[in-house]
Amino acid sequence: MSEMWWWIFAGCAAAYGIKLLGYLVPEKILENEKMTRAAGTLTIGLLASLTIVNTVASGTAVAFDARLAALVAAGVALLLRAPFLVVVVVGAGAAALARYLGWG
Amino acid sequence: MHTAASAMAKLDAVPPLMTPATKIGASIAVATGLYAISYGALGVAAGLNLWQVMALSLLMFTGGSQFAFIGVIAGGGSPGAAFGAATLLGVRNAVYGMQIKAMLRPRGLKKLLAAQVTIDESTATAAGQSDPAEQKRGFWVAGIGVYVLWNIFTVAGALLGDALGDPKAWGLDGAAVAAFLGLLWPRLKSAEPIAIATVCALATVLAIPLVPPGVPILVAALVAGVWGYFGRGPATEGLEPDVEPRATREDSE
Repeated sequence: MSEMWWWIFAGCAAAYGIKLLGYLVPEKILENEKMTRAAGTLTIGLLASLTIVNTVASGTAVAFDARLAALVAAGVALLLRAPFLVVVVVGAGAAALARYLGWG
Repeated sequence: MHTAASAMAKLDAVPPLMTPATKIGASIAVATGLYAISYGALGVAAGLNLWQVMALSLLMFTGGSQFAFIGVIAGGGSPGAAFGAATLLGVRNAVYGMQIKAMLRPRGLKKLLAAQVTIDESTATAAGQSDPAEQKRGFWVAGIGVYVLWNIFTVAGALLGDALGDPKAWGLDGAAVAAFLGLLWPRLKSAEPIAIATVCALATVLAIPLVPPGVPILVAALVAGVWGYFGRGPATEGLEPDVEPRATREDSE
Protein backbone atom coordinates (compact mmCIF):
# COMPACT_ATOMS: atom_id res chain seq x y z
CA MET A 1 0.00 0.00 0.00
CA SER A 2 1.23 3.50 -0.79
CA GLU A 3 2.67 5.88 1.77
CA MET A 4 -0.36 8.14 1.24
CA TRP A 5 -2.76 5.41 2.38
CA TRP A 6 -0.78 4.80 5.55
CA TRP A 7 -0.91 8.47 6.50
CA ILE A 8 -4.63 8.60 5.68
CA PHE A 9 -5.35 5.67 7.99
CA ALA A 10 -3.08 7.10 10.68
CA GLY A 11 -4.92 10.42 10.40
CA CYS A 12 -8.33 8.72 10.63
CA ALA A 13 -7.25 6.67 13.65
CA ALA A 14 -5.86 9.77 15.36
CA ALA A 15 -9.03 11.76 14.63
CA TYR A 16 -11.25 9.04 16.14
CA GLY A 17 -8.91 8.53 19.08
CA ILE A 18 -9.04 12.24 19.91
CA LYS A 19 -12.85 12.30 19.71
CA LEU A 20 -13.11 9.24 21.95
CA LEU A 21 -10.60 10.68 24.41
CA GLY A 22 -13.18 13.30 25.42
CA TYR A 23 -15.59 10.51 26.41
CA LEU A 24 -13.12 8.24 28.16
CA VAL A 25 -10.75 10.43 30.12
CA PRO A 26 -11.97 11.49 33.59
CA GLU A 27 -13.34 15.03 33.43
CA LYS A 28 -10.77 16.41 35.85
CA ILE A 29 -7.86 15.74 33.52
CA LEU A 30 -9.23 17.42 30.42
CA GLU A 31 -11.29 20.01 32.26
CA ASN A 32 -8.21 22.12 32.59
CA GLU A 33 -9.05 25.61 31.37
CA LYS A 34 -5.60 26.08 29.84
CA MET A 35 -6.00 22.93 27.72
CA THR A 36 -9.47 23.96 26.55
CA ARG A 37 -8.16 27.37 25.62
CA ALA A 38 -5.16 25.95 23.77
CA ALA A 39 -7.49 23.65 21.79
CA GLY A 40 -9.50 26.68 20.69
CA THR A 41 -6.61 28.99 19.82
CA LEU A 42 -4.94 26.07 18.00
CA THR A 43 -8.02 25.78 15.80
CA ILE A 44 -7.93 29.50 14.93
CA GLY A 45 -4.18 29.50 14.26
CA LEU A 46 -4.32 26.42 12.04
CA LEU A 47 -7.23 27.68 9.94
CA ALA A 48 -5.57 31.11 9.53
CA SER A 49 -2.33 29.42 8.51
CA LEU A 50 -4.08 27.07 6.06
CA THR A 51 -5.86 30.06 4.51
CA ILE A 52 -2.57 31.90 3.95
CA VAL A 53 -0.62 28.84 2.77
CA ASN A 54 -3.27 28.13 0.16
CA THR A 55 -3.26 31.80 -0.88
CA VAL A 56 0.44 32.63 -1.23
CA ALA A 57 2.60 29.49 -0.95
CA SER A 58 4.10 28.20 -4.15
CA GLY A 59 6.38 25.42 -2.98
CA THR A 60 8.81 27.20 -0.66
CA ALA A 61 8.29 30.61 -2.29
CA VAL A 62 5.73 33.31 -1.57
CA ALA A 63 3.79 34.23 -4.72
CA PHE A 64 0.97 36.73 -5.22
CA ASP A 65 -1.31 35.50 -7.97
CA ALA A 66 -4.96 34.81 -8.84
CA ARG A 67 -5.49 33.15 -5.45
CA LEU A 68 -5.25 36.57 -3.81
CA ALA A 69 -8.35 37.61 -5.79
CA ALA A 70 -10.09 34.53 -4.37
CA LEU A 71 -9.18 35.54 -0.81
CA VAL A 72 -10.54 39.08 -1.24
CA ALA A 73 -13.71 37.90 -3.00
CA ALA A 74 -14.36 35.25 -0.34
CA GLY A 75 -13.87 37.87 2.38
CA VAL A 76 -16.45 40.13 0.76
CA ALA A 77 -18.89 37.21 0.40
CA LEU A 78 -18.46 36.36 4.10
CA LEU A 79 -19.02 39.99 5.10
CA LEU A 80 -22.28 39.81 3.14
CA ARG A 81 -23.16 36.69 5.17
CA ALA A 82 -23.16 34.34 2.20
CA PRO A 83 -23.48 30.62 3.05
CA PHE A 84 -20.34 28.46 2.94
CA LEU A 85 -20.93 26.89 -0.44
CA VAL A 86 -21.55 30.29 -2.06
CA VAL A 87 -18.31 31.59 -0.54
CA VAL A 88 -16.41 28.66 -2.07
CA VAL A 89 -17.95 29.18 -5.51
CA VAL A 90 -17.22 32.93 -5.33
CA GLY A 91 -13.59 32.14 -4.47
CA ALA A 92 -13.27 29.76 -7.41
CA GLY A 93 -14.93 32.25 -9.76
CA ALA A 94 -12.64 35.09 -8.67
CA ALA A 95 -9.49 33.01 -9.20
CA ALA A 96 -10.70 31.72 -12.57
CA LEU A 97 -11.64 35.25 -13.68
CA ALA A 98 -8.32 36.75 -12.56
CA ARG A 99 -6.48 34.02 -14.43
CA TYR A 100 -8.65 34.50 -17.51
CA LEU A 101 -7.78 38.20 -17.43
CA GLY A 102 -4.13 37.21 -17.47
CA TRP A 103 -3.13 37.66 -13.82
CA GLY A 104 -1.38 34.77 -12.08
CA MET B 1 -63.79 4.69 22.84
CA HIS B 2 -61.74 4.11 25.91
CA THR B 3 -59.02 2.34 23.92
CA ALA B 4 -58.96 5.10 21.33
CA ALA B 5 -58.50 7.69 24.07
CA SER B 6 -55.64 5.80 25.65
CA ALA B 7 -54.05 5.34 22.25
CA MET B 8 -54.23 9.09 21.79
CA ALA B 9 -52.60 9.58 25.17
CA LYS B 10 -49.83 7.21 24.15
CA LEU B 11 -49.29 9.14 20.93
CA ASP B 12 -48.95 12.30 22.96
CA ALA B 13 -46.20 10.72 25.01
CA VAL B 14 -44.15 10.00 21.88
CA PRO B 15 -42.19 13.12 20.94
CA PRO B 16 -43.35 14.69 17.68
CA LEU B 17 -41.23 13.88 14.63
CA MET B 18 -40.09 17.47 14.29
CA THR B 19 -39.12 19.17 17.53
CA PRO B 20 -37.11 22.44 17.47
CA ALA B 21 -33.88 20.48 18.00
CA THR B 22 -34.57 17.98 15.20
CA LYS B 23 -35.48 20.83 12.84
CA ILE B 24 -32.27 22.69 13.60
CA GLY B 25 -30.26 19.48 13.39
CA ALA B 26 -31.78 18.56 10.03
CA SER B 27 -31.22 21.97 8.46
CA ILE B 28 -27.63 22.05 9.70
CA ALA B 29 -27.13 18.56 8.27
CA VAL B 30 -28.31 19.71 4.83
CA ALA B 31 -26.23 22.93 4.83
CA THR B 32 -23.09 21.19 6.06
CA GLY B 33 -23.55 18.04 3.99
CA LEU B 34 -23.75 20.14 0.82
CA TYR B 35 -20.36 21.66 1.29
CA ALA B 36 -18.75 18.25 1.11
CA ILE B 37 -19.11 18.87 -2.64
CA SER B 38 -16.27 21.38 -2.36
CA TYR B 39 -14.24 19.00 -0.19
CA GLY B 40 -14.64 16.13 -2.67
CA ALA B 41 -13.75 18.27 -5.69
CA LEU B 42 -10.72 19.81 -3.95
CA GLY B 43 -9.55 16.41 -2.71
CA VAL B 44 -9.37 15.06 -6.24
CA ALA B 45 -7.75 18.30 -7.46
CA ALA B 46 -5.12 17.89 -4.72
CA GLY B 47 -4.15 14.55 -6.26
CA LEU B 48 -5.91 12.03 -4.00
CA ASN B 49 -7.92 9.32 -5.71
CA LEU B 50 -11.66 8.79 -5.23
CA TRP B 51 -11.16 6.06 -2.60
CA GLN B 52 -8.76 8.17 -0.56
CA VAL B 53 -11.12 11.17 -0.65
CA MET B 54 -13.99 8.90 0.45
CA ALA B 55 -11.94 7.19 3.17
CA LEU B 56 -11.27 10.54 4.84
CA SER B 57 -15.00 11.38 4.91
CA LEU B 58 -16.04 7.94 6.18
CA LEU B 59 -13.33 7.50 8.80
CA MET B 60 -11.78 10.85 9.71
CA PHE B 61 -15.13 12.69 9.47
CA THR B 62 -14.17 16.09 10.77
CA GLY B 63 -14.40 18.62 7.96
CA GLY B 64 -11.68 21.04 9.04
CA SER B 65 -9.12 18.24 9.37
CA GLN B 66 -10.10 16.77 6.01
CA PHE B 67 -9.68 20.16 4.32
CA ALA B 68 -6.35 20.54 6.16
CA PHE B 69 -5.13 17.15 4.93
CA ILE B 70 -5.89 17.85 1.28
CA GLY B 71 -4.79 21.50 1.62
CA VAL B 72 -1.29 20.45 2.69
CA ILE B 73 -1.07 17.84 -0.10
CA ALA B 74 -2.28 20.40 -2.67
CA GLY B 75 0.51 22.75 -1.58
CA GLY B 76 3.16 20.10 -2.18
CA GLY B 77 3.49 19.08 1.46
CA SER B 78 4.32 15.51 2.52
CA PRO B 79 1.59 13.10 3.70
CA GLY B 80 3.26 13.26 7.12
CA ALA B 81 2.81 17.03 7.30
CA ALA B 82 -0.81 16.59 6.13
CA PHE B 83 -1.32 14.11 8.96
CA GLY B 84 0.17 16.59 11.46
CA ALA B 85 -2.04 19.49 10.39
CA ALA B 86 -5.20 17.34 10.25
CA THR B 87 -4.56 15.79 13.67
CA LEU B 88 -3.85 19.09 15.42
CA LEU B 89 -6.98 20.61 13.90
CA GLY B 90 -8.97 17.72 15.37
CA VAL B 91 -7.83 18.37 18.95
CA ARG B 92 -10.88 20.56 19.65
CA ASN B 93 -13.09 17.49 19.17
CA ALA B 94 -11.79 16.11 22.49
CA VAL B 95 -13.25 19.19 24.19
CA TYR B 96 -16.54 18.66 22.35
CA GLY B 97 -16.49 15.01 23.46
CA MET B 98 -16.31 16.10 27.09
CA GLN B 99 -19.24 18.47 26.62
CA ILE B 100 -21.40 15.83 24.92
CA LYS B 101 -20.48 13.27 27.56
CA ALA B 102 -21.67 15.68 30.25
CA MET B 103 -24.93 16.40 28.38
CA LEU B 104 -25.91 12.97 27.05
CA ARG B 105 -24.06 10.46 29.25
CA PRO B 106 -23.91 7.87 26.43
CA ARG B 107 -22.98 4.31 27.44
CA GLY B 108 -21.34 1.32 25.78
CA LEU B 109 -21.72 1.12 22.02
CA LYS B 110 -23.58 4.41 21.88
CA LYS B 111 -20.50 6.09 23.28
CA LEU B 112 -18.34 4.70 20.46
CA LEU B 113 -20.88 5.86 17.89
CA ALA B 114 -21.31 9.27 19.54
CA ALA B 115 -17.54 9.81 19.40
CA GLN B 116 -17.46 9.42 15.61
CA VAL B 117 -20.18 12.05 15.06
CA THR B 118 -18.75 14.50 17.62
CA ILE B 119 -18.00 17.54 15.45
CA ASP B 120 -18.58 21.32 15.43
CA GLU B 121 -22.13 21.00 14.07
CA SER B 122 -23.51 18.26 16.33
CA THR B 123 -21.97 19.87 19.42
CA ALA B 124 -23.36 23.29 18.51
CA THR B 125 -26.84 21.84 17.90
CA ALA B 126 -26.86 20.07 21.27
CA ALA B 127 -25.35 23.01 23.15
CA GLY B 128 -27.99 25.33 21.70
CA GLN B 129 -30.75 23.40 23.52
CA SER B 130 -31.48 23.54 27.25
CA ASP B 131 -33.84 20.53 27.63
CA PRO B 132 -31.77 17.31 27.97
CA ALA B 133 -34.13 15.34 25.68
CA GLU B 134 -33.80 18.05 23.05
CA GLN B 135 -30.01 18.12 23.45
CA LYS B 136 -29.98 14.39 22.76
CA ARG B 137 -32.22 14.66 19.70
CA GLY B 138 -30.27 17.63 18.35
CA PHE B 139 -26.92 15.88 18.74
CA TRP B 140 -27.98 12.66 17.01
CA VAL B 141 -30.00 14.26 14.20
CA ALA B 142 -27.19 16.72 13.37
CA GLY B 143 -24.41 14.16 13.88
CA ILE B 144 -25.90 11.29 11.88
CA GLY B 145 -27.52 13.65 9.37
CA VAL B 146 -24.23 15.39 8.60
CA TYR B 147 -22.43 12.02 8.46
CA VAL B 148 -24.79 10.56 5.86
CA LEU B 149 -25.03 13.69 3.68
CA TRP B 150 -21.34 14.54 4.05
CA ASN B 151 -20.37 11.14 2.65
CA ILE B 152 -22.92 11.25 -0.19
CA PHE B 153 -21.82 14.73 -1.30
CA THR B 154 -18.15 13.81 -0.95
CA VAL B 155 -18.63 11.25 -3.72
CA ALA B 156 -20.60 13.77 -5.80
CA GLY B 157 -17.86 16.37 -5.36
CA ALA B 158 -15.05 13.94 -6.17
CA LEU B 159 -16.81 12.86 -9.38
CA LEU B 160 -17.39 16.52 -10.25
CA GLY B 161 -13.71 17.31 -9.60
CA ASP B 162 -12.71 14.43 -11.86
CA ALA B 163 -14.99 15.69 -14.63
CA LEU B 164 -13.73 19.29 -14.38
CA GLY B 165 -10.23 18.38 -15.54
CA ASP B 166 -7.67 21.17 -15.09
CA PRO B 167 -8.34 22.41 -11.53
CA LYS B 168 -6.63 25.78 -12.06
CA ALA B 169 -8.75 26.76 -15.07
CA TRP B 170 -11.83 26.44 -12.85
CA GLY B 171 -10.19 28.35 -10.02
CA LEU B 172 -10.27 25.35 -7.68
CA ASP B 173 -7.13 26.63 -5.94
CA GLY B 174 -9.14 29.78 -5.21
CA ALA B 175 -11.98 27.60 -3.93
CA ALA B 176 -9.58 26.09 -1.37
CA VAL B 177 -8.59 29.56 -0.16
CA ALA B 178 -12.26 30.51 0.19
CA ALA B 179 -13.07 27.25 1.99
CA PHE B 180 -10.42 27.82 4.66
CA LEU B 181 -11.46 31.44 5.14
CA GLY B 182 -15.06 30.23 5.42
CA LEU B 183 -14.06 27.73 8.13
CA LEU B 184 -12.08 30.39 10.03
CA TRP B 185 -14.61 33.22 9.77
CA PRO B 186 -17.31 32.07 12.24
CA ARG B 187 -14.63 31.64 14.93
CA LEU B 188 -13.51 35.29 14.73
CA LYS B 189 -16.06 36.50 17.25
CA SER B 190 -13.93 39.03 19.16
CA ALA B 191 -10.62 40.93 19.05
CA GLU B 192 -8.47 38.10 20.44
CA PRO B 193 -9.19 35.47 17.79
CA ILE B 194 -8.58 38.11 15.10
CA ALA B 195 -5.21 38.88 16.69
CA ILE B 196 -4.34 35.17 16.87
CA ALA B 197 -5.32 34.68 13.22
CA THR B 198 -3.23 37.68 12.14
CA VAL B 199 -0.13 36.63 14.06
CA CYS B 200 -0.40 33.04 12.83
CA ALA B 201 -0.86 34.22 9.24
CA LEU B 202 2.30 36.35 9.55
CA ALA B 203 4.26 33.48 11.14
CA THR B 204 3.15 31.30 8.23
CA VAL B 205 4.35 33.76 5.56
CA LEU B 206 7.71 34.12 7.32
CA ALA B 207 8.11 30.34 7.59
CA ILE B 208 7.21 29.48 3.98
CA PRO B 209 10.69 30.15 2.49
CA LEU B 210 12.50 28.59 5.45
CA VAL B 211 10.94 25.14 5.94
CA PRO B 212 9.52 22.37 3.68
CA PRO B 213 5.93 22.76 2.34
CA GLY B 214 3.30 21.90 4.95
CA VAL B 215 5.56 22.68 7.90
CA PRO B 216 4.65 26.42 8.09
CA ILE B 217 1.18 25.30 9.21
CA LEU B 218 2.71 23.38 12.11
CA VAL B 219 4.81 26.44 13.05
CA ALA B 220 1.61 28.50 13.22
CA ALA B 221 0.00 25.74 15.32
CA LEU B 222 2.84 26.01 17.82
CA VAL B 223 2.43 29.80 18.02
CA ALA B 224 -1.34 29.45 18.53
CA GLY B 225 -1.00 26.69 21.11
CA VAL B 226 1.52 28.65 23.18
CA TRP B 227 -0.68 31.76 22.92
CA GLY B 228 -3.69 29.82 24.17
CA TYR B 229 -1.92 27.96 26.95
CA PHE B 230 -0.12 30.94 28.44
CA GLY B 231 -2.58 33.71 27.54
CA ARG B 232 -5.42 34.73 29.81
CA GLY B 233 -8.45 35.20 27.55
CA PRO B 234 -11.75 33.26 27.81
CA ALA B 235 -11.53 29.46 27.62
CA THR B 236 -13.87 29.01 24.68
CA GLU B 237 -12.06 31.17 22.11
CA GLY B 238 -12.21 29.47 18.71
CA LEU B 239 -14.53 26.69 19.89
CA GLU B 240 -18.17 26.31 18.89
CA PRO B 241 -18.30 28.51 15.81
CA ASP B 242 -21.70 29.72 14.61
CA VAL B 243 -22.74 26.94 12.26
CA GLU B 244 -25.08 27.36 9.31
CA PRO B 245 -27.95 28.04 9.28
CA ARG B 246 -27.01 30.60 11.85
CA ALA B 247 -29.97 30.40 14.25
CA THR B 248 -28.76 27.44 16.31
CA ARG B 249 -29.49 29.01 19.67
CA GLU B 250 -33.02 28.87 20.94
CA ASP B 251 -32.96 32.53 21.95
CA SER B 252 -31.99 33.71 18.46
CA GLU B 253 -34.92 32.10 16.70
